[in-house]
Amino acid sequence: MSSSTTNTTTIGTIGAPSRRNTELAMLIFAVLIPVFAYINVGLAKDGTVPAGVLGYSLGLGLLAGVAHLVVRKWAPYADPLMLPISTLLNGLGLIFIWRLDQEPSLGKAMAPNQLMWSTLGVAFFLAILIFLKDHRVLQRYTYISMVVALVLLVAPMFFPGVNGAKIWITIPGLGSLQPGEFAKIIIAIFFAGYLMVKRDALALASRRFMGLYLPRGRDLGPILVIWALSLMILVFETDLGTSLLFFGLFVVMLYVATERTSWIVFGLLLSAGGAVAVATFESHVQTRVHNWLNPLELLNGGVTETAQAMYSFGSGGILGSGLGQGYSRLILGIAPKSDYILATVGEEVGLAGLMAILLLYGLLIERGIRTALAARDPFGKLLAIGLSGAFALQVFVVAGGVTGLIPLTGMTMPFLAQGGSSVIANWALVAILLRISDTARRPAPAPAPSTDAEMTQVVRP
Amino acid sequence: MNKPLRRVAIFCGLLVLALLVRVNWVQFVQGDELKNDPHNRRVAIERYSTPRGNIIVDGKAITGSTTTDSGDFKYKRTYKNGKMWAPVTGYASQAFDANQLEKLNDGILSGTDDRLFFSRTVDMFTGSKQKGGNVVTTLDAKAQKAAFDGLGHQKGAVAAINPETGAILALASTPSYDPSTFAGMSNKDAEAYLALQKNKNPDEPMLNRALRQTYPPGSTFKVVTASAALENGLYDDVDSNTRSPLPYTLPDTSGVELKNEGNIPCKNATLREALRVSCNTVFGKISADLGNKKMMAEAEKFGFNNPGINTPVRASESIFPKDNRPQNAMAGIGQASNRATPLQMAMVASAVANGGKLMKPYMVDSLVAPNLNVVQQHTPQEMSQPLSPENAQKVQSIMETVVKSGTGTNAQIPGVTVGGKTGTAQHGEDNKDNPYAWFISYAKTDKGTPVAVAVVIEGSDTLRDDIAGGRLAAPVAKDVMRAVLEGEK
Repeated sequence: MSSSTTNTTTIGTIGAPSRRNTELAMLIFAVLIPVFAYINVGLAKDGTVPAGVLGYSLGLGLLAGVAHLVVRKWAPYADPLMLPISTLLNGLGLIFIWRLDQEPSLGKAMAPNQLMWSTLGVAFFLAILIFLKDHRVLQRYTYISMVVALVLLVAPMFFPGVNGAKIWITIPGLGSLQPGEFAKIIIAIFFAGYLMVKRDALALASRRFMGLYLPRGRDLGPILVIWALSLMILVFETDLGTSLLFFGLFVVMLYVATERTSWIVFGLLLSAGGAVAVATFESHVQTRVHNWLNPLELLNGGVTETAQAMYSFGSGGILGSGLGQGYSRLILGIAPKSDYILATVGEEVGLAGLMAILLLYGLLIERGIRTALAARDPFGKLLAIGLSGAFALQVFVVAGGVTGLIPLTGMTMPFLAQGGSSVIANWALVAILLRISDTARRPAPAPAPSTDAEMTQVVRP
Repeated sequence: MNKPLRRVAIFCGLLVLALLVRVNWVQFVQGDELKNDPHNRRVAIERYSTPRGNIIVDGKAITGSTTTDSGDFKYKRTYKNGKMWAPVTGYASQAFDANQLEKLNDGILSGTDDRLFFSRTVDMFTGSKQKGGNVVTTLDAKAQKAAFDGLGHQKGAVAAINPETGAILALASTPSYDPSTFAGMSNKDAEAYLALQKNKNPDEPMLNRALRQTYPPGSTFKVVTASAALENGLYDDVDSNTRSPLPYTLPDTSGVELKNEGNIPCKNATLREALRVSCNTVFGKISADLGNKKMMAEAEKFGFNNPGINTPVRASESIFPKDNRPQNAMAGIGQASNRATPLQMAMVASAVANGGKLMKPYMVDSLVAPNLNVVQQHTPQEMSQPLSPENAQKVQSIMETVVKSGTGTNAQIPGVTVGGKTGTAQHGEDNKDNPYAWFISYAKTDKGTPVAVAVVIEGSDTLRDDIAGGRLAAPVAKDVMRAVLEGEK
């Protein structure tokens, strides 16, 4: 498909400004806000400006600056908002983790590691922008992606679980990896490649039944395989979040590819059925649902982690206690710096700050979907919507879980939460989206002189 | 593909919207509830993060704060003469929450109350720490000491009120406890707290008997019955013949006699004489003649059957029961199912002393911000008018006779007009338990009526015969009244 020259989108791209200066201006804010937050925490905790503030601001500024220059050179027409939003979220995440490091009861410091992982994440981001000249190259690796994704998803089954969920690959001496975060991207590549090829068969070869287009049995095959796989993840790895994310991603991409509402109905029925079936015999899931329905219930006379998170949110109120002045150290359990970091955000910057952060996520998702709309090739469209959809689902599942909107699942808030795999994978995700948006917004090259016309003019003597 | 893309965009928008709605729900709608949830440790951390404001009596603090090094909490509550003041202050413990004034005024004491917003804002800008405000009580330290010392080792309670305003002057309960002993959160504090609980200590030292324990009021209730007789026009004159028979048989019974204590002149006695010697027959008959409804109505005007008497610490509900005729006759002499708190009986004496007007009892005069601005000031409120001024004069005159020449002579104070009524309330099955000794009284000077008091003593280690309200309870009441009168001078 050589469609990049035949412009069929309705979104005007020709002669569009590159918006790189907008991006730079936004990046300055994205660096300054976390720096001020850092100073704020230091002043609140010790009454002094923290010693590392110069190093931190220079480091963050340098990362953002290099990223900006690379985007300017290698993806000049990319979306101007995604990089600043990611930088801001990552920077704020670092501050919140550093702030929680100041509580001795919460274990060893995580911020230095997180800074290292963020640097690696940005490096990975830059590498993708530099070496992936065109996202359609990924299309070649459709089936390899499938194999890699399956391996990544299945691998944690063979490693010991941590805190009730088997989502880690532990390499002794090296640390651990959360493959689900990477699988999210790779599976989106596979779906995009697979659906681009199969979309017509899936969409058209169907029977009409009760107002719905039912797919043929053999076309139903892949969706059933994915469904079974996501249930397997749920059962064997007891990972509600990844399972939901994975299946939701597939349904969204299937719907976009085929434009058939029936797929959504199928998807919802299958996921609801699967979830109910698993919940009836999986005690881990039952516990989570029970905690969700009774968030403030006492456990053996003690306050549960779920309740502590709710108290954090409630105590934050509208404006919050101020950075460094909350008591989120009371969430003593397993993950105050990763899964529950949103509770600290809610307590210390209040409803106002939490809404601002959720809106930042919303904006990032919106820019991703806009990229999908603007993309000129179906693979790019599918990949962009897949990545944005996965991101949106992850944000919803994590934030919804921590705030008690839905049962809690073991996933991390993209960029904000502590976790190396997560931050690297999300920077890669943003890099791919930027690459697609660069291709989409790039002005069409001037029409090449028609070779046919030249041919006809050649008169051989 | 753009149509489904737009729909997915809407769907993602809805997901984010759902999150926004949810955080608004949790942080705004449910925010205060979660913030003040008793299991939310921030409540306790906040309470003890700064020196707590104090509870003030006569311009002096009866509480204090000291620094601790126990975990989250910086300060610990201390009490001056904790045992004596416990029925007033309640306790504030790092480990066991708080009660009474400490709990009800927690917002002011810890400085988080909305009314201290201005003071907090100023503190924020000047960089000084948040301070707690003070709770200024109406109590009278001398009267409280007289009451507490008067009760001594006996089990009992004292409530004293200023009849003209309703201000509570003394509120003692024995045996008592020192809230300092479990103000912290160490194991020692926990042991001290557990040892005070009912299952470990049958004397229930943590029970505030003055407000939260009800007793059969016995003969002291005859003041209410006399008031009911006058108010309902059953008798107009306290010095005319009540046409009461002796022996007197309870209505609707086959010859069950209502007996008097000993051989006292109750046949056709006047109201004055009947109260002076405490005739059961006369007052039992009055109650029977008026009927249950009228008796209940009068008792309710005095504050019975009211579950909402908040001082602001809520007093238990005193009960004048709805009952059949013989039981109603018994209730008229303070027996049967008739139950009253010491505060309730002090209210009865105070209403009579205050010309028939019952003032709402209260013990917090004002709440004061850290900068000494008054945040809230109590103004005396009238609760009801159980007696007309003329009838109040009549009841006063017969109560004064009781002290001058009747069962209450032990409460006489030279140069002061004292009116009172003794009571010895039977209780237990077949009255086999030791009775309760009661005394209610008021003291009048030419300047006004500054005090009404009720004393009850559960006479567990005294001989049965000795327990007459006049002997055990009247001297305590007298000391309390004298303490108040001396303070007046």
